[in-house]
Amino acid sequence: MTAPPALERLRGWFSGGGKGRRAVIGLPYLWLLVFFLLPFLILAKISVSEMETVQFKDLLVYKDGLLQLTLKLGNYVFITQDELYWRTYVTSLKYAAVTTLLCLGIGYPFAYFMARAKSTTQPALLMLVMLPFWTSFLLRVYAWKALLSEHGWVADALMATGIDQLLAWAGLIPAPGKLMNTPFSLVLGMVYTYLPFMILPLYGNLAKMDLRLLEAAADLGATPWVAFWKVTVPLSKAGIIAGSMLVFIPCVGEFVIPELLGGPETMMIGRTMWDEFFSNNDWPMASAVAVVMILLIIVPLAVFNRYQAEAQEGRR
Amino acid sequence: MASSVAAPQPATAAATATSAPTAPVTPSAREPGFLQIRDVVKDFDGYLAVNHVSLDIAKGEIFALLGSSGCGKTTLLRMLAGFETPTSGRIILNGQDLAGLPPYERPLNMMFQSYALFPHLTVWENIAFGLRRDGLPKDQIAERVEAMLRLTQLGKYAKRRPHQLSGGQQQRVALARSLAKQPQLLLLDEPLGALDKKLREQTQIELVNIIEQVGVTCVMVTHDQEEAMTMASRIAVMSEGRFLQVGAPHDIYETPASRFVADFIGNVNLMDGRLSEDAADHVVIDCADCRHYVGHGITGTEGMAVSVALRPEKIHLGRHKPADEFNTARGTIQEMSYFGSYTVYHLKLASGATLKVNQSNTQRHRDDELTWGDEVWAHWSRSAHVVLTQ
Repeated sequence: MTAPPALERLRGWFSGGGKGRRAVIGLPYLWLLVFFLLPFLILAKISVSEMETVQFKDLLVYKDGLLQLTLKLGNYVFITQDELYWRTYVTSLKYAAVTTLLCLGIGYPFAYFMARAKSTTQPALLMLVMLPFWTSFLLRVYAWKALLSEHGWVADALMATGIDQLLAWAGLIPAPGKLMNTPFSLVLGMVYTYLPFMILPLYGNLAKMDLRLLEAAADLGATPWVAFWKVTVPLSKAGIIAGSMLVFIPCVGEFVIPELLGGPETMMIGRTMWDEFFSNNDWPMASAVAVVMILLIIVPLAVFNRYQAEAQEGRR
Repeated sequence: MASSVAAPQPATAAATATSAPTAPVTPSAREPGFLQIRDVVKDFDGYLAVNHVSLDIAKGEIFALLGSSGCGKTTLLRMLAGFETPTSGRIILNGQDLAGLPPYERPLNMMFQSYALFPHLTVWENIAFGLRRDGLPKDQIAERVEAMLRLTQLGKYAKRRPHQLSGGQQQRVALARSLAKQPQLLLLDEPLGALDKKLREQTQIELVNIIEQVGVTCVMVTHDQEEAMTMASRIAVMSEGRFLQVGAPHDIYETPASRFVADFIGNVNLMDGRLSEDAADHVVIDCADCRHYVGHGITGTEGMAVSVALRPEKIHLGRHKPADEFNTARGTIQEMSYFGSYTVYHLKLASGATLKVNQSNTQRHRDDELTWGDEVWAHWSRSAHVVLTQ
């Protein structure tokens, strides 16, 4: 049996390996330390600090031979007690999940046909997926405002085809004809914005799939439909997960799209944070909201990563 | 044939390669025409990958399509599997025309080159994949998978995934998977191509044993002549989309029908010459460095151009001039390659041509060992040649 991977890595770190290797491994860690862990710790510190008019009180105070650690946990207690916070967390997770599923549903076939297209047309298709990035994200979200509001041509088209009736019936818009500032417009905006982040990892995964496996499946009696579900989909699991993470995580904390396209019933956590920071000027409370959100995302992610790593280990 | 050398026995000069054999060649062949390939053509935008090929394969036969890459053997196999559609011609398996049947409805299975095992499934699930598609009840699937695991001695690897297995084990999983559905026809695409030499020799025998135990009819594709010779009961040598010769391994080696086949299978010395004497029981062929006396019954017209094929292992070397004026040549040893069990000598003949001679090393040491630069005489028997007109 070989040592667990973490230990192995540690050993490689200290022995041999060379400086170049260490630098290469070290750089991303340094990046994470400076741009993620440090800010997170600052945020965590603020969230348990007490305010003294405009200044934070120090956590550690040394006075008269007494070292005092003051942690104000009131903000966290308040989050669990006030229903507003829970509602916005749940709303955020819900819309992020819906957006992820829709992106997967639209992005998978898209990526699949891209990956199976002629190798000469693939770069053009890839270009089309990335083309929207050439325009500012803010402008594109703003454009949807115009397209969906009264006499916007997308709104007209939806109404002409009666799709708005269907949306109203499903409860996604309050009444036929009213498309803006609804769950519908919010999800539309988020799906539109994040779709490329789903398509690209899926395409990368599907394009390198060994097509002989599909022949093997066909040879063993699987129709193309069965082969797709039994071979293609399981083998693209890594791409599905990567794409879903890339869509889900930013969607949970999304602020701009709910702000521009969402309505009163789509209050998401980004908005709550903004209010705490800039309307209430309650930085500790805002930080506590942010810390909880990060934990909400990171804990399942870490558990999942661990499971993935074990599965990977099993494969080797 | 009329103008060429007539060959009563054995068929030296080219039986037309595409003609189907009339009698089953192997002892296991009981019903000729179990698999019938009838005038099959595959046209890739004007390039004939398979060019009017016909073939009959008997039940229980292990048949090899042998050729270098691009000869059309894989295309032919893929047409049998249903991955390519013939441009014209028919393929009939056990009385059923396979035209129009998609791969997943054909009663045959294929073992893919480098196996194409499903990486996300365990060995057990890989073998069960085809059975599950048939919608068999669970206990029957389990029974069949277990039987396959026993047959291929993979029992203790059932829960592993393909990448946790060695090349040889993967090969057995691929075999088990393709046999699990008890196909009427088993297709093997370069079955041992991914294994190293030592393992290949051992696996060849193992594979044939398993196939014969199951009794399945088998068509394999290979570029490796040793693999084809040891495994197959009959071989078709393919080049440029056509069959050059179809026959048992022994026939193809000892009586090749053309210069191409002689040269492709094993090593051979090819000498061009003219027929100078045609008697009832022999012919004499004059070449640049020697006169061939061919003792087996061949006739032709005097003066016609022919080639003589001579296998290196059928030639003997000596320091003294043989008594016979025929079937001998004098040369200088220019190259020697020692292979352990035998040594290959390259003799430079008077005309500048090279003659390859294999001598088995039956003794550990010889007093009078041949070495570079030695003048030697090569000689061979009156039945060692194959005379070719193509």
